[in-house]
Amino acid sequence: MPLVIKLLAQRIALGLILLFLVSGLIFAGTIILPGDVAQSILGQSATPEALANLRAELGLNEPALQRYLSWLGGLVQGDLGTALTSGRDIGESISQRLSNTLFLAFWAAIVAVPLAIFLGLLAVRFRERWPDKAISGVTLASISIPEFLIGYVLMFFFGVKLGWFYPTATAFRPDAALFDKLESIALPVATLTLVVLAHMMRMTRAAILNVMQSAYIETAELKGLNGLQVIVRHALPNAIAPIVNVVMLNLAYLVVGVVVIEVVFVYPGMGQYLVDSVSKRDVPVVQACGIIFAAVYIGMNMIADIVSILSNPRLRHPK
Amino acid sequence: MNDHLHFLARHAAADKLSRRDFMAKAAALGFSAAAAGTLLTSQARAAEPQKGGTIRMGLQGGSTTDSLDPALSTNMVALMMIRLWGESLVELNDDGGLDGKVAESYEASADARVWTFKIREGITFSNGKSVTAEDVVKTMERHSGEDTKSGALGIMRGIKNVSADGNNVVIELDSPNADLPYLLADYHLVIQPNGGLDDPTAAIGTGPYILKDVDMGVRIVAEKNPNHWGDLGHADTIELVVINDNTARVAALQSGQVDMIDRVPPRTAKLVDRAPNINVHSTSGPGHYVFIMHCDTAPFDNNDLRMALKYGINRQEMVDKVLNGYGSVGNDSPINSSYPMFTPAEQREYDPDKAMFHLKKSGHDGEILLRTSDNSFPGAPDAAALFQQSCASAGINLNVKREPNDGYWSEVWNAQPFCTSYWGGRPTQDQMFTTAYLSTADWNDTRFNNEKFDQLLLAARAELDTAKRTQMYADMGEIQRNEGGLICPMFNDFVDATSDRLGGWVENTKGQPLMNAYAPMKMWVKA
Repeated sequence: MPLVIKLLAQRIALGLILLFLVSGLIFAGTIILPGDVAQSILGQSATPEALANLRAELGLNEPALQRYLSWLGGLVQGDLGTALTSGRDIGESISQRLSNTLFLAFWAAIVAVPLAIFLGLLAVRFRERWPDKAISGVTLASISIPEFLIGYVLMFFFGVKLGWFYPTATAFRPDAALFDKLESIALPVATLTLVVLAHMMRMTRAAILNVMQSAYIETAELKGLNGLQVIVRHALPNAIAPIVNVVMLNLAYLVVGVVVIEVVFVYPGMGQYLVDSVSKRDVPVVQACGIIFAAVYIGMNMIADIVSILSNPRLRHPK
Repeated sequence: MNDHLHFLARHAAADKLSRRDFMAKAAALGFSAAAAGTLLTSQARAAEPQKGGTIRMGLQGGSTTDSLDPALSTNMVALMMIRLWGESLVELNDDGGLDGKVAESYEASADARVWTFKIREGITFSNGKSVTAEDVVKTMERHSGEDTKSGALGIMRGIKNVSADGNNVVIELDSPNADLPYLLADYHLVIQPNGGLDDPTAAIGTGPYILKDVDMGVRIVAEKNPNHWGDLGHADTIELVVINDNTARVAALQSGQVDMIDRVPPRTAKLVDRAPNINVHSTSGPGHYVFIMHCDTAPFDNNDLRMALKYGINRQEMVDKVLNGYGSVGNDSPINSSYPMFTPAEQREYDPDKAMFHLKKSGHDGEILLRTSDNSFPGAPDAAALFQQSCASAGINLNVKREPNDGYWSEVWNAQPFCTSYWGGRPTQDQMFTTAYLSTADWNDTRFNNEKFDQLLLAARAELDTAKRTQMYADMGEIQRNEGGLICPMFNDFVDATSDRLGGWVENTKGQPLMNAYAPMKMWVKA
């Protein structure tokens, strides 16, 4: 057992080092963006005096390394700084945004993950027959269409023409009752589900099919178990590592990759916040969003790693 | 039609004037009984506002990074918020004149150098404090101070001194300016308690509504200010939702999630208008999409080359294809009929022969680089491509380079010698010319340096005789048309849309989109 703990500690330490490196990259990336913050805040209506005043106030005249170190220092203490443009505390603004994004991602995952795995199992059960082909065809088609277009199509038919759901998520209020919140995010959740479904479904199908070649599956079949039982009881547990991997990747995508969906459906999440801040060169906010996204991504992948370590005796007890 | 007659008609419709009196007064103004009668009926039908309810609007341009400080406001959403909670000294009315807001009235000294604004008596801020002349003075100081970041700094520069005199505010200028009240209608200059020095983002003002719930870049809720001095504002609650995506904004209107939107994309405006419960409104404004050349940089320092490019552009084609008809042709001057003292000049047409003639005369050979990006105006790359084609038939070799949207205003505009750009326009000629065409202007984005033009501008500013001023502005327009670095192919209309749930839209207002951003207050929810 201590070996497992050591392995886990290694994983977590690696994750933290990675996060530290990413912080450097994010900072460097925001510095090389063209234009400067003061100009972007004031826009076309900037006068040289106003620009100089704003630049001095924002501390843009200090050297980059000094700004990075003070930013990193604050970050370690959990202080994300204040937004340049509005002067508000970033941590405060982000926490609401992040919880909105997580809410959307959570419900999209609740729908998408079981559905993808179930469809994957179904596809294996009826492999090379019409249900398999239909499932693959539909999911592959939905992943091939750009996500914003799926969003527009759903918005047009279910929002405007049929009037079943709100076309945009503008009715979303963080403090509303759960059912009202779900109603207002129905279309974004549907869109996200369609986007991530194919990847997880195909991976589940491939992983299980791989296991299905094994001798013990043949034994199970000879024992007289029916098709679905064999898959669920014997094939699925042995295919869990690659499935968890792809599920985690997609969960990470649901958190960090929803920028377009949030903008299309006017959902007040992190993505919208990031887009606004990039276009206004609000560097501290961009950095804060970047580091949070990186943390989510690294965290999700770490969980996937840990699950595959724990689920695989060979990784648990390396020789 | 006569403004005074409209005024009377509104009064008659609002029962402030009997029908008989109205007809008699209309006749005295020289209108036939039939014309006056029609006007009265239309006004009566349009009138009868209903009180109460909620008006919801979906607007473009808001961002999480917006500030409630009016000095830092730059977009439509910020402007709309200011309109809700605050007021400037004066405000542009529907016909392009000025109405008193915080100032009840104003007057100029004979030389237009000293202006006195009388503060409206008995009005209060939404925090209950009375509005004093001192608050106005502090507001002016905050926007013109040494360390200000105010977007209104440019127009405050000509002010030498602002002082309170009892209930009056006296503004002294460096040089005469007959347009000062128009400048003070600027939306940044909203009057705040103690000038907003204590807390610029408090959103406390004298406006008809009070902000209740602000989630910047997402949604703003405002409720009627029970102590507002005027009669503006019909709905109890106004809700503003930021919807930057064009398709989502139109969908929200079509499905009834919001009652009004701005910036309907011209490409789909006709389709949107076909929906049974939606009205699309096109309002001409001073905004214009332009191509700007630096008059001091080769090859654009040669006026013949500039003329060649001016003759090489097909203005009508641009209005048809880039604006889909929601606009009007420009004439290489930033001024159009939305300005008070406009004189139309002869329309310059697309003429490849003349373009070729001027190109030969200029002696320029080789390609000309035009920079563009969608950020400069919607459809700018398309407009640049059209320009390229129309130039090609005149033998001008235009090379279009697409620049990134990010940083366009800092890296390309006002930095590169030839690019696409946009001007929102200003309420007066003087302000427009002073902002961008005076040789010493910060934003002289065409590097235009014409002594005669500068002299005329300063002379016109001090001229209180409207006829003489009009002539001066006509002369300046002519100089600009024939020598300037501005190629102005089109003026874009504001295209807004409202649902049938609302009444009270007024056509052809001046200033900003959505009835100069007063639509949610001047419109009402139909019972």
